[in-house]
Amino acid sequence: MTRYYFDHNATTPVSAAVLEVLVPALLEVHGNASSIHQDGQLAKERLETARRQVASLLHCDPKELVFLSGGTEADNLAIFGTVRAHPNAKKHVITTAIEHPAVLNTCRELDRQGVRVTYVPVGSEGIVDPAAIRQALRPDTVLISVMHANNELGTIQPLQEIAAIAREAGALLHADGVQAAGRISVNVRTLGVDLYSMSGHKLYAPKGVGALYVKAGTRLQPLQFGGRHEKERRAGTENVPGAVALGAAAKVAVADMLEESSRLAALRDRLEQDILARVPDTGVNGGRSLRVPNTTNIYFDGIDGEALVIALDLKGFAVSSGSACSSGAVEPSHVLLATGLSRERARASLRFSLGRSNTADQVDALIDAVADSTAQLRKLSPTYTASV
Amino acid sequence: MSDATTTVRTTAVAMSGGVDSSVVAGLLKRSGARVVGLTMQLWNQRRLPELVPEGGSVGRCCSLDDVYDARTVAQHLGIPYYVINFEDRFEAQVVRPFIDEYLAGRTPIPCTLCNNFIKFDQFLDLAAGLGADSIATGHYARITQDQSAGRYQLRRSADASKDQTYFLFGLKQEQLARAQFPLGAMTKPEVRELARELGLPVAEKPDSQEICFVPNGDYAGFIDAYFRERGVESERTHGEILDTEGQVLGEHRGVHHFTVGQRRGLGIAAREPLYVIATEPATQRVIVGGSNDLLSARLTAREINWISIPPISAPLRASVKIRNKHLAAPATIYPAADTGRAEVHFDEPQRAITPGQGAVFYDGDLVLGGGWIE
Repeated sequence: MTRYYFDHNATTPVSAAVLEVLVPALLEVHGNASSIHQDGQLAKERLETARRQVASLLHCDPKELVFLSGGTEADNLAIFGTVRAHPNAKKHVITTAIEHPAVLNTCRELDRQGVRVTYVPVGSEGIVDPAAIRQALRPDTVLISVMHANNELGTIQPLQEIAAIAREAGALLHADGVQAAGRISVNVRTLGVDLYSMSGHKLYAPKGVGALYVKAGTRLQPLQFGGRHEKERRAGTENVPGAVALGAAAKVAVADMLEESSRLAALRDRLEQDILARVPDTGVNGGRSLRVPNTTNIYFDGIDGEALVIALDLKGFAVSSGSACSSGAVEPSHVLLATGLSRERARASLRFSLGRSNTADQVDALIDAVADSTAQLRKLSPTYTASV
Repeated sequence: MSDATTTVRTTAVAMSGGVDSSVVAGLLKRSGARVVGLTMQLWNQRRLPELVPEGGSVGRCCSLDDVYDARTVAQHLGIPYYVINFEDRFEAQVVRPFIDEYLAGRTPIPCTLCNNFIKFDQFLDLAAGLGADSIATGHYARITQDQSAGRYQLRRSADASKDQTYFLFGLKQEQLARAQFPLGAMTKPEVRELARELGLPVAEKPDSQEICFVPNGDYAGFIDAYFRERGVESERTHGEILDTEGQVLGEHRGVHHFTVGQRRGLGIAAREPLYVIATEPATQRVIVGGSNDLLSARLTAREINWISIPPISAPLRASVKIRNKHLAAPATIYPAADTGRAEVHFDEPQRAITPGQGAVFYDGDLVLGGGWIE
């Protein structure tokens, strides 16, 4: 069975362009980037080339980038690293109710360790109101952490306005940019953020590599100890092939961004409009105007989203619903619940996230499959009666 | 898979990660059917951590280890596999009624509730929604069809020691029509042998015993913990223990700690062994007595479901089972004017007829039907 992948917010396949530099890097660059000899120097050179490539994606100085293992580590280092480095005894952190678990659970851990945390709610659009951030400020607020693009809804958060508020209050601003970097243009200077997390496997590089932007002069305490790698911000022998792959992926993203994002937006809009037109009692979750181009989140009343994901998977389409718990079963998305959706509607929602491999034909096949599967599931749904 | 062009039947197998349901999946796969493996996540064991015995909840349903095992079996067989979240439904349809029954002084059978309202209802519908023609489970029971009447019949399994028909008395015709019990004609040793033959990684896994969501078998402890979790005290958790003459012998911590026929945990010293004869939730009284006080020859059953025969209008001779481990005893069933109810008169008095349990009617290996003991 041909398989069509519509779950690029979960992860992306490694692209041919990335593979083209990754395999030679694995074969030829074996040195330790900290070694004095030429083998080491070659590794160091490749590492720094990659750093420049990623820097041009985020529009920062290469020196402001720390390579690490991925988005979760970047979020942990940004949050723990700055809060622990702050000299205040009493500390307060602000984040939002729709963050990824990599930020939410890091903040909950801070909470357990005695740092006070405010989780700012969002409205039905799935976008945080900067005024709500301002209201949450306290004299001891040291960090504000707000994601750039939401992983479930794709909604883009008003980082620039929040950065102004943070600056005024003397607090740092961290943005989890895992779903934005490579999908929309990111300029950390214009955004005004102090820290910005990104992950390789969301932009066609392999799993296990990511980067954290740390604005020059930002105090950061490392989380792990060892050698003096990455300017003493992240100990451990550098993953040079991973960094090379991330650099190559960043380079492609910079080159293709305009064209690819308008292509994906057109496909996404077609998917959304056709599903809404063909399947009754459906709707788009969250605001539709400020979104990354590849994501849509749709509710199907009377349907168990988990069942629809399985039905579509058996037909060859990979999509997602809610967040997987440790067993692999699905729980209603905390993001959808935070936008005020009922538990039922949150359960009845699916996320479609498009990417480079998707074509118009694939989108049309997906629309047919969704129409078929929803009709079949609704026939048997105890809670569904058509609202005609 | 719901394409009109395909003729291969699709079966959804309810996989628990145990040897029985794994063998079911293996047998169906080997027969050439299209098989989808599904594990229902019914209960989150981490919710009431105080109940999980030292060393974790090994071998209990819904544990991460069981999901791991089921997934490994599915991968071994090369079938699609999914875990589906039934926690909300299970709590509403099985756990809450289980608690309510205990608090009402009855002794419920959650496995029957789960079969009636989860496995052979919502799970069946989910499977149909996914394009499956039927579901298969690892139950030890057989389904046959009465060719003349067209009626589906339920029969005891070939392995009498494993027979699970007692828990299946609620199954309706339309449910039996879409269910398969491939292990019904086998003995447990044969199933284990098949598991080895199919190379299943769970071939030597021990059987599970307890009610799946009560990991340590302490039902009263579960109910207390459930109420603590929700921040409420169960109502009226104290009462008196009396003998059949009405004399107070002691005190207790709630009728849900007692079931008819129970001997342990009374905390009363007596010359003769004392048993719980009855519990009265309204007054929170527990009545105890001697072994003979437990004997009774009659019961009333309600919500009777007739399986292998149509509802009766005249008295019927049958063997009746009043708990899973009970040896079915000869009796006459008298239909009540009110359909769905019947009086059961045993030829000989039976020990500890317990409200809340099932009364299941047999004719040899045929399961005629059953109802709930009042």
